Amino acid sequence: MSVHPLRLSRFNITSLVLGLAFLYLPIVILVIYSFNASRLVTVWGGWSTRWYTEFFNDRAMLDAAWMSLRVGVVSATLATVLGTLAAIALTRGAGFRGRTLMSGMLYAPLVMPEVITGLSLLLLFVALDAGRGLVTVTIAHTTLTMCFVTVVVQSRLAGIDRSLEEAAMDLGRDPLRAFMAVTLPLIWPAIAAGWMLAFTLSLDDLVIASFTTGPGSATLPIRIYSEVRLGVKPEINAICTLIVGFIAVVIVLASLVSKLSSARGESAAPL
Amino acid sequence: MSARRIFTAPARLAAIPPYVWMVLFFLVPFGFVLKISLSQTAIAQPPYLPVFGLSEGIDGLKASFAALSLDNFRLLVSDNLYLASYLRSVLVAVVSTLILLAVGYPIAYGMARLPRRWQGIAMMLVIVPFWTSFLIRIYAWINILQHDGLLNKVLLALHVVSKPVVWLSTDSAMYLGIVYSYLPFMILPLYATLAKQDPSLIEAAADLGVSRIDAFWLVTVPLSLRGVGAGALLCFIPIMGEFVTPDLLAGSNSLMIGQTLWLEFFTNKDWPVASATAIVLLGLLLIPLLVYDRLQRRQLEAR
Repeated sequence: MSVHPLRLSRFNITSLVLGLAFLYLPIVILVIYSFNASRLVTVWGGWSTRWYTEFFNDRAMLDAAWMSLRVGVVSATLATVLGTLAAIALTRGAGFRGRTLMSGMLYAPLVMPEVITGLSLLLLFVALDAGRGLVTVTIAHTTLTMCFVTVVVQSRLAGIDRSLEEAAMDLGRDPLRAFMAVTLPLIWPAIAAGWMLAFTLSLDDLVIASFTTGPGSATLPIRIYSEVRLGVKPEINAICTLIVGFIAVVIVLASLVSKLSSARGESAAPL
Repeated sequence: MSARRIFTAPARLAAIPPYVWMVLFFLVPFGFVLKISLSQTAIAQPPYLPVFGLSEGIDGLKASFAALSLDNFRLLVSDNLYLASYLRSVLVAVVSTLILLAVGYPIAYGMARLPRRWQGIAMMLVIVPFWTSFLIRIYAWINILQHDGLLNKVLLALHVVSKPVVWLSTDSAMYLGIVYSYLPFMILPLYATLAKQDPSLIEAAADLGVSRIDAFWLVTVPLSLRGVGAGALLCFIPIMGEFVTPDLLAGSNSLMIGQTLWLEFFTNKDWPVASATAIVLLGLLLIPLLVYDRLQRRQLEAR
């Protein structure tokens, strides 16, 4: 065990600074330009919030945002329940029949090109003669995002000491109660993080939503995409800034929740 | 022991809802893709033939099976449009993965060298952009790359170029967008293996008179090949099926396979050909996955 890692070289520092600048500068520039008063996106005309007002008066855009929010909340919640159950089954239900198939089905969508996932779900909905819209997009997003929830919760579950739960069982709790009382509080942060991830992925998705939605029920990314194809508009800068800000709030909340609950978890289980 | 056996029972019950969901909305849809890829295009709703129906009884089903054909796959092989799209997808994925490795490795290496308490912050900083929308990140670059955008303004001001350069609708813009979007996917697995490396190995190499740069190539890089493989796979596969980035940033004269599939489906309404395209793409993606699986297994056996 080495006491401290090797010294940072100048090369290390340069690549870190440049890398982070590359990751963040475009978004920072986008945010700054969203407050640009000029109609020409590239000319700086002073600070203004007119594009935000424009967005809040854009009926179609607001409808799309509302649709995305509903799909996001419902699909993230469904995905969290299903994904957490899947994670429990994969880590605890050793060797049940079909385990390989199950983990395959849960990992494949993580790397599968979205065009394929979207196409296959659409063909299913058409075959079932299901009307396309809010419900079908929600089902599609649940299917995709529950896989991410599974991975997040599973990695947390795998790191938890089982002897705590066994101790609870030795004290006379049945396995289900022991799990609820001991392990569930410990994996709450991962479940919350899984929900947030599922929600942002749903809010973000363009391709799968395009395949599975019907006329008249566009999600926010679909609306933005059709606007962007026509060229850069200052209003889009404002919407993107709002989304970035919204997601930043979600991330801060998520890390606060996990910090609070892990602090409580540690005090509840002194070792 | 018996307590543990009792415990797996509720865990198995927990498997049922996600299992049923994934079979219904992941596995079964693939059956439909396969079936429709063997069907004929038709001007109807839905736009393909035959439509399997139980109403016509056994004979109807038999007739439907007889009507299935490999015509769509023959079209994929014979028409240059599809071959060119597949080749372009492979090319773009290979080139992007190589650029990502070259860009991501120094960053991951720098992260692994940071003091412990800073490493968590650095990791957060790399992950956060992944949480912001894909579309927004591409859009941010359109802002910068457009004709009178920031990049051209800076280049003109610095007298690097004498007149604005066309960036949008070029392959360079597309590669930039792809590298930007997938960088976290490359950095994280690389960082995971690099952070686990024992620094005393480098010290040992230095004691033996190996220079810092040689030690990097002789010790650090070979020991991080696992992370290189994982990062390359995580980037290569989704890039093969990319749609949004090439559609918004690259020119329209040569398409990636994801764009061709989209076009067949939404513009030409040729669902059978779109399905066949998807099946072939899936087959192609299995190759790198199997190779990676092989390599990992060999690594385990070597131990």
